[in-house]
Amino acid sequence: MATKNPIEDPMIDPRTGEYAVIAPGHNFKSVTQKIAGIVLTSNTPLGWFFGLLVGGGVATFLVIGCTWLFLKGVGIWGVTIPGAWGFAIINFVWWIGIGHAGTLISAILLLFKQTWRNSINRFAEAMTIFAVVCAGTFPLIHVGRPWLAYWLFPYPNTMNMWPQFRSPLAWDVFAVSTYATISIVFWYVGMIPDFGTMRDRATLPLAKYVYGMLSLGWRGSTRHWIRYESASLLLAGLSTPLVLSVHTVISFDFAVASLPGWHTTIFPPYFVAGAVYSGFAMVITLAIPIRKFYHLEDLVTLRHLDNMAKVMLATGSIVAYGYGMEVFMAWYSASHWEFFMMWNRMFGPMGWGYWILILTNIAIPLTTLWSRKLRVNVGYLFFLSFVINTGMWFERFVIVVTSLYRDFLPSSWGTYRATKWDYMIYVGTMGLFTFLFFLFVRFLPMIPMSEIRMMLPQTKVKRGGPEAETVIEETA
Amino acid sequence: MPPREGTYGLIAEFNTPSELVYATEQARAAGYRRMECYTPYPVEEAAEALHFHKTRVPLVCLLGGVMGVTTAGLMETWINVWAYPLNIAGRPLFSWPAFIIPAYEWTILFAGLSAAFGMIALNGLPQLYHPVFNAPNFRNGATTDKFFLCLEAADPKFSLTETRAFLEQFPAVSVVEVEH
Repeated sequence: MATKNPIEDPMIDPRTGEYAVIAPGHNFKSVTQKIAGIVLTSNTPLGWFFGLLVGGGVATFLVIGCTWLFLKGVGIWGVTIPGAWGFAIINFVWWIGIGHAGTLISAILLLFKQTWRNSINRFAEAMTIFAVVCAGTFPLIHVGRPWLAYWLFPYPNTMNMWPQFRSPLAWDVFAVSTYATISIVFWYVGMIPDFGTMRDRATLPLAKYVYGMLSLGWRGSTRHWIRYESASLLLAGLSTPLVLSVHTVISFDFAVASLPGWHTTIFPPYFVAGAVYSGFAMVITLAIPIRKFYHLEDLVTLRHLDNMAKVMLATGSIVAYGYGMEVFMAWYSASHWEFFMMWNRMFGPMGWGYWILILTNIAIPLTTLWSRKLRVNVGYLFFLSFVINTGMWFERFVIVVTSLYRDFLPSSWGTYRATKWDYMIYVGTMGLFTFLFFLFVRFLPMIPMSEIRMMLPQTKVKRGGPEAETVIEETA
Repeated sequence: MPPREGTYGLIAEFNTPSELVYATEQARAAGYRRMECYTPYPVEEAAEALHFHKTRVPLVCLLGGVMGVTTAGLMETWINVWAYPLNIAGRPLFSWPAFIIPAYEWTILFAGLSAAFGMIALNGLPQLYHPVFNAPNFRNGATTDKFFLCLEAADPKFSLTETRAFLEQFPAVSVVEVEH
């Protein structure tokens, strides 16, 4: 493999040797114009309408599926005894896991001062919120009588009934509702200064009015910025334990039960790693077409893709370790039930699911992501992101279905077969996600402008007044 | 609040953050106190030059977190011990280890909401009108690529002519009078 001479790399600053995160030649005005221009233009690209139409069209499956579900009840799904949990919980966990990468990028990478995240954090956060919307749909429609879903929350009522806080399902309500709220607040707070920019650059009166209201009258005052930065850091610091706890609580839904295949202590860390793995894959799925379509290659560079691929390699390895540990513990526990569950998972009637999972989650990504050439190969990464998200869906399928359908008593064994309504609602949420995302890229600044400005070399403050200033400018 | 009239202050526009920080430091050294910088992204050096260090956002956040954990803990205990006691597989009514999880989530929920809304409230937002927006060049630059220093008329040292002369000694793009 030919190694590139680092000196000739245009991304490296020849004076400082620092690796630039965004392409050289940009200034405050050009990045602002580039990002705000996507939203404020009056020429909506035709492709956008096409995408919105496709997303909206697919989302109608969700509407149809839910309507029929509400009329007939959950019996139209493939859930039965013993497979009492089917697509609804699989999709719920899959979607919420996808959301986790957004929070990881916006919060954890902010705390670790990974400035490269600035280019991708806004749309990763948007992805989080839309994924949580899709995820939240499933438990709501799974409760059987969704119009009574508010019974899940503790509120004073005439029936004198209250939630039972020893149940992992009650924990779920708290974890997911907190996650949704904090994600939306973090997203909005991050956009306030950008709304100010949009307000000042908009030409249409309606756009000026709407962005003006959303910006709350932001004027970029230094005292405001200091409080703003403090609040952002605090929100990041709070979101970090939050994101880890959300998938931990979701894994408790399984781990607290005494069913073989679920009752394991490795679930929390391995669920969190899997969530981040699938989430980064989804960020790549979204980032690659967006940077191409809107010509944002300068701001979302190959280095971003490379870094995200590295995160996937790391989290994918944790997931692989989790799978290995499950198999090891099935043998080491010397539990007959555990052993049978694992044998059934691999070689039983639904063994194909397990092998698809191993192929798509382990075999393909974890062998190829070691190569830098492939990590910066846009086409390959795009393909791989779909492979990984297929794999992560199968992971949840394997955990939910193969643990349930053959439990302790052979006389109560059954099988699981999803119906067309299951597929319809699942595909429908993908349409909803796409639809919401297209609305987002058209109406909101998808890259945080104020944070991109901070990554430019012009932000460096030179002390010492006008004399020092001129000297430095001359040498530059 | 009665409508105010007259001059709010003088606002100088700069092209680079270095010029802004230098001018702010000099203004502070010259005895001006009522002043504010406006920048398109956070410039920490400007805050230093203004001698603005402390924010109460972390305190508000902490209070929110304490409130969250207390609320959730007391609520769970009251509900599961007194209001609606249920025997779940013989576990004690006061199952505090299980109660940790919702309490943990509400700590984060209350602390996060306090940090975000506390920041907005301490900043005095939403405030859709502010005199600096009256400067004709302000909205074109303050949220994009220009750096502004506003010396306010409320400062005892402020004088329209002298302050203007003071600001014009810096390489400012323009010095504009801001009306209320």
